[in-house]
Amino acid sequence: MVKFEIHDLNIWFGSLHAIKQVTMEIQSNEILSIIGPSNSGKTTFLRTLNRLNELNPRYKISGAVELEREDIRRLNIELLRQKVGMVFALPLPLPLSIFDNVAYGMRMHGEKNRKILEEKVRETLEKAYLWEEVKDRLAESAFKLSGGQQQRLCIARALAVRPEVILFDEPCSGLDPISTAKVEDALVKLKENYTIVLVTNNVKQASRVGDRTAFFLSGELIEIDRTDKIFTAPRDTRTDGYIRGKFG
Amino acid sequence: MRKFKEFIIEKLVLLCGFASIIFVGLIFLFLLREGLALFKTAGPFNFLFGKNWYPISEPAQLGILPLILGSLLVTVGAAVISIPIGVGCAIYIAEIAPIKIKEMLKAGIELLAAIPSVVLGFIGMVTLVPLVKNIFHLPTGLTALSGSIMLAFMAMPTIVSVAEDALYSVPKNYKEGAFALGATHWQTIWRVELPAASSGILAAIMLGIGRVIGETMAVMMITGNAAVIPHSILAPVRTLTATIAAEMGEAVVGSEHYFALFAIGIALFVISFAINVTADLFLHRDE
Repeated sequence: MVKFEIHDLNIWFGSLHAIKQVTMEIQSNEILSIIGPSNSGKTTFLRTLNRLNELNPRYKISGAVELEREDIRRLNIELLRQKVGMVFALPLPLPLSIFDNVAYGMRMHGEKNRKILEEKVRETLEKAYLWEEVKDRLAESAFKLSGGQQQRLCIARALAVRPEVILFDEPCSGLDPISTAKVEDALVKLKENYTIVLVTNNVKQASRVGDRTAFFLSGELIEIDRTDKIFTAPRDTRTDGYIRGKFG
Repeated sequence: MRKFKEFIIEKLVLLCGFASIIFVGLIFLFLLREGLALFKTAGPFNFLFGKNWYPISEPAQLGILPLILGSLLVTVGAAVISIPIGVGCAIYIAEIAPIKIKEMLKAGIELLAAIPSVVLGFIGMVTLVPLVKNIFHLPTGLTALSGSIMLAFMAMPTIVSVAEDALYSVPKNYKEGAFALGATHWQTIWRVELPAASSGILAAIMLGIGRVIGETMAVMMITGNAAVIPHSILAPVRTLTATIAAEMGEAVVGSEHYFALFAIGIALFVISFAINVTADLFLHRDE
């Protein structure tokens, strides 16, 4: 099933043409990796999907982005962001306790019952592979966790509002290899219930976890295909050059 | 020769650097010397909690409780008015206003800060005082309430600019994080940005209150200057500062009255020092 459909997408920030004429689809329950050098528009593309770019007053867009055949600009923005969650490059716990960080989104969407909150917090922390490590210290400040734990906390926080899609913006860029492996495990597991879009600077990570991979360069979508195809027989020489580390 | 020049300049700059501390120290010593002389003849308890301030009766009664309560009433009134408006204004400027309005508001706030307090006092006298008198059907409009309103205007620029800085320096990431979870703009402000900026906002409030306590001219002009214990915010009051300003010229040097005014100075010094230290603690709480 198609989750996102993107047609002729163009994005500008002032006079900077950040995304050029991108047309593609994102399937349900897949992990789509997006790779490409810095400034290729990966993150901008990702932030289009939950309309986070709109915080920038110089932002302009043309073309269509549809979530389940509905134009996202016509959806209620808070509802869209509830359905399309996001995890950022730097782990971003809010200045609250571990429990409150996970409960934050649910409370915001109106859940007040303490029992239900406790249950959901446990459930989402388990899904994010964090429960065992934090179950005895839920009241502590989230800043006391290590970088990798903070990032999994952010994943739990995103899961807690019951999204359908989760956007990951270089989620492992600040993590050590062991923490990275844990986050990747969580990603693969999450795919069963969620659609995942993963922007990564780490080409190997894309080859490890992605079902399909898209290659962006200077705002253009150069190639999108099954991950094994992209990594063994890319159609475009620029894709080949990038994944072999010739530039980028 | 060059070395000698270097040496001289270095010492001069050092002197400038320490000048402010030296001045504060000297002022405090002088205040203490003159003020503590009072307590040779009068007890500190009677001074702080005495209900009557009759400095020129025989024998003089030098209780500053009515003055402390006067200052407190005016300050609390000003805080109640200026904190919500000031913080609200800071939120609007930092978070909501489009750039043009933002620039306009900031310029307006700076202008408000630049108005001399005597001018504010005099405007209050001719506009606010009659208004208060008519609205509440009072015999006089020179009341604690009038003083509070006027002082709220003076505290606002400090509160707004420091609180706005605090909000502005909340990492942009927090905002994005909350938005990405589907928070509305107000939920983001209320649940994420205000708590994250809370230490700066508290400091802003303390600094604003510090300004109100120390203010003299405007309160002297519009609070009525009656040194009696106030029973409502609609009664005339006299503040600590106004007392010193009004009576210092008439007090006989070396008299009990004269020393008492210095002792009031010590009390004020202690209060504003405490407020500044609290503000500082809030500002540097995270470090």
